Amino acid sequence: MHELALSQGIVDLVCQQAAADGARRVRRVRIAVGVLSSVEPDAIEFCFDVVSRGTLAEGARLEIARPPGRARCVPCDAVVTVAGRDQPCPLCSERRWVLVGGDDLRVLELEVE
Amino acid sequence: MCGVCGCGGGARSDGKGEDTADHHHHDHGHPHSHPHPHSHPHAHDHSHDRDEVTPTRLLRVEQDILAKNNAHAAANRALFSAAGVFSVNLMSSPGAGKTTLLVRTLADLKGRFPAAVIEGDQQTSLDAERIRATGTPALQVNTGTGCHLDALMVTRAVGRLGLVADSVLFIENVGNLVCPAGFDLGEARRVVVLSTTEGEDKPLKYPNMIAAADLLVVNKVDLLPHLVFDVNRLVDYAHRIKPGLEVIELSAATGLGLDRWYRWLEAGIAVARQNREHEQA
Repeated sequence: MHELALSQGIVDLVCQQAAADGARRVRRVRIAVGVLSSVEPDAIEFCFDVVSRGTLAEGARLEIARPPGRARCVPCDAVVTVAGRDQPCPLCSERRWVLVGGDDLRVLELEVE
Repeated sequence: MCGVCGCGGGARSDGKGEDTADHHHHDHGHPHSHPHPHSHPHAHDHSHDRDEVTPTRLLRVEQDILAKNNAHAAANRALFSAAGVFSVNLMSSPGAGKTTLLVRTLADLKGRFPAAVIEGDQQTSLDAERIRATGTPALQVNTGTGCHLDALMVTRAVGRLGLVADSVLFIENVGNLVCPAGFDLGEARRVVVLSTTEGEDKPLKYPNMIAAADLLVVNKVDLLPHLVFDVNRLVDYAHRIKPGLEVIELSAATGLGLDRWYRWLEAGIAVARQNREHEQA
């Protein structure tokens, strides 16, 4: 359950930003959990509720975007979408690519009051 | 439409169009019960206007959730680099043989270079005791319910353990093929240990761990005659996740293949020392 540690990271980041803005409450938090990250969005949601209790983010709605895996294929010299780390390039069917996105964990934006 | 007599909801038999109003009650012999508790809507005297009138504003953040850990990892990396320490993060599932590999390595290479070990486990200091029995300093980090080491735990452990110049620091992570993959500790190299008593398909099942690895050690190859296990298939799966990933097959129990592992370590130690000398020059 590294999602608990990650949720703590999310709440820390969110509260820091909200406090710096003089917010009284965080209404909504939007995060990105890449499809190829090693993170389970449901577990993040569960942990976020627990960890945010007693903070500015308590009761905030958590929205989770799921950016797809993006890879630069070496033979094609193109950026393609890949469904898994073992998946070949959809253009040339080779597995000679470098991941460039979709393994990310980011806080994107907050709605505060 | 009534399922018993066909009244209501459908075309009337007299051809006068839809019948929706004339549904009647049927008598039947059993009482109805509520199989589950439920709430009923209630009247209340407060309004919900607050949510609609409180002005809200949008804050763009765009920050990595792991930024804090990554900052600690960068600090560790700088510390290791300045001291010429070759740091190795060892990861595997429980029972793959990380500690056995370390104990054997430390015994075999004793006196060749200074070494220290940070042992991560949820509970007990059993592994640190096994390491200390070889004469190598070891510090146990218990993560409690935590499933991985993070960079700050390593910072604190290094603070207590101290760093010896031009040494190797082994960081044995909590036995787990999922969580440790996401946390940079500031290590120079990540080594994943898989053993022949596990499935060949582990790389496909835990792709993030393989993707994070700099070296794959296949342990317990001495058992291959007794097992249905195809090492080539394991390596093929690992290369599907990370093409070109270096693989060393060995047995920590019998010593088979350890020479390659020792050469790999010594090369890393030499590079760490050269980098330190270069930085200081």
